[in-house]
Amino acid sequence: MGSLLEAKQVSKEYISGTFIKKRNLALKPISFSVSDDSPSITAIAGESGSGKTTFARVIAGILDKSSGSLRYRDKDIDQMNSEDILNFKKEVQTIFQDPFEVYNPFYKVDHVLTTPIKKFGLAENKSDIDKMIISALEEVGLRPDETLGRYPHQLSGGQRQRIMVARAFLLRPRIIIADEPVSMVDASLRATILEEIKQLREIHNISVVYITHDLTTAYQVADNIIVLYKGQVVEAGDVENVINKPVHPYTQLLTDCVPRPDPDQKWSKTSGDITLESRIINGCICAFCNQNESLESDRKIYEFNKKQIVSCKVAEKKKICANEDISAYFTKKK
Amino acid sequence: MQPILDIKNLKVYYHTSQGPVKAVEDVSFSLEPGERMGLVGESGSGKSTIALALMKAHKYPANIESGDIIVDSINIVDLNEEEMRKTRLNNISMIPQGAMNSLNPVKKIKPQVIDALTDHGVKLRDKQEKFLSELMESVGLSKDVLKLYPHELSGGMKQRVCIAISISMKPKVIIADEPTSALDVIVQRQVMETLYEVQEQLGAACILIGHDMGLMAQFADKIGIMYAGKMVEFGSVSDIFKNPQHPYTRLLIDSLPDTSGKRDLIGIPGIPPSLLNLADGCSFCLRIGKKNTKEVPWVKVTAGHFIQKCPTCIDYGLRKKATTKRTRK
Repeated sequence: MGSLLEAKQVSKEYISGTFIKKRNLALKPISFSVSDDSPSITAIAGESGSGKTTFARVIAGILDKSSGSLRYRDKDIDQMNSEDILNFKKEVQTIFQDPFEVYNPFYKVDHVLTTPIKKFGLAENKSDIDKMIISALEEVGLRPDETLGRYPHQLSGGQRQRIMVARAFLLRPRIIIADEPVSMVDASLRATILEEIKQLREIHNISVVYITHDLTTAYQVADNIIVLYKGQVVEAGDVENVINKPVHPYTQLLTDCVPRPDPDQKWSKTSGDITLESRIINGCICAFCNQNESLESDRKIYEFNKKQIVSCKVAEKKKICANEDISAYFTKKK
Repeated sequence: MQPILDIKNLKVYYHTSQGPVKAVEDVSFSLEPGERMGLVGESGSGKSTIALALMKAHKYPANIESGDIIVDSINIVDLNEEEMRKTRLNNISMIPQGAMNSLNPVKKIKPQVIDALTDHGVKLRDKQEKFLSELMESVGLSKDVLKLYPHELSGGMKQRVCIAISISMKPKVIIADEPTSALDVIVQRQVMETLYEVQEQLGAACILIGHDMGLMAQFADKIGIMYAGKMVEFGSVSDIFKNPQHPYTRLLIDSLPDTSGKRDLIGIPGIPPSLLNLADGCSFCLRIGKKNTKEVPWVKVTAGHFIQKCPTCIDYGLRKKATTKRTRK
């Protein structure tokens, strides 16, 4: 079994300030891989500031990592020649959060679709370009005659986001990294866009890394999930286990906070305090419980069961994960 | 009980050069003190326009064409700008959508909270410190927050400051326009719980505007579903979730993802019609490729549960139940 994309102990540190350097370790060393033979959908969840977007950008090669190594098709990104880099950029595509800001308002929407085709030399002539664009738009359920030739402001947020999905799909990528693709879209359109993302995997064998803070959509879309807190993996594994039987107190907090669309299943009445501090478990050393712990300290991840790993004392009796690659504990979908 | 807020046949149009955009067409509902109502709809359904009209904060080219908005037995449609200034915050107040952008970035929190009070002629003098710390406490913030600038606060804290400002005059009606749209789930819950508590304490009526049905189920007592400028269904939370009648409501509820088993996600087909020169009749029919140009009546289903009943699309998207009965041999 080969890995398509393999991240080994990658981390990201943001450094700011001219004279006095301020360091912020946004992503602690994490190992993760996307398998070559079976396409997967992996969700990365966490609150704002948990490092989930940083993680996405690092593995997409948009942000430089601070340490560790990133390999694509068994070649280190840092030592790739320009041809391989171009191939990496073509095969790993990103969809961003905000469908309003990714467009240049002076260009028609056709521009975002024709530019990558020209850049990667995917089509010989104008009619081939048109054919590719039309088939990609139809793939995401847009009518080409109602979409092409328009300016971004003439389209709704949902339509714009679907064009971004079409653009990513156009390049026949192997991996799509979707950074909160539906958080700015109306609830009624969310389902449609997520279903299209699922289709990309099922029909076109594209692996998806889906970044979100919404656990319900993560559950519906993904096979496996990684929950991040303060740049650290707190729990990972099969969505069925992690979301419906969470072990780590932080994951429990996240699943508790999901507003359930059922008037009989209201949020449990807390005494007005659902902050992190109120959930400290005595003696736990995980990042969630003891926030003052130094950033350099080595966090151990424990194997809770075959499909679930957790970084918390709750699971300390269990054995430490033998394999540092999180994806080794994921369920593979046939 | 006497309703504290009573909206009758409200019409708000935007007068553009291409013709009137009927953003709110004939919407009526009323709220009693202490009631929480959710106003649900997608972008462009007119829900935010209702909020602006209730505050009379709508700007040209929007205009209240007709209808009454009665807040505490005063019809605010008839009030002039000066009288309306006094009414805002005092009787009816609004929690804005983008908490990130609604505070002044170059002023500390304290003067921004006091500003509204002094404008309404409230003189606190030596009681000021006590009043402010109690106010901040009621939204779950420490009084030290008053000395900070907005950029020093997190998104959730900023939104709670906005809640504090909007309840500072103890209004009778609170309008919350997507108060948590830019916040993540944990902060969203904190803000919603804060809003719930202050609303309970004040006994004020509250309108929560948004498109997240999950949040509505958690917060509201009554729900109004807006579609293309009209209210298509109105009822109690359990009516709407357990017994949705309008096809749009059914689709909204069906499109929600849950965690009780994987299934195909079903979106709402089509796009909402343009409100400019909207054809008469049922606008939901237009979306699903049907046609009904007759006026759609507002029909009572059960007590307190109403829908716009269009015979052409009423059964759309209804899951077929096994109705064939086996004949006994």
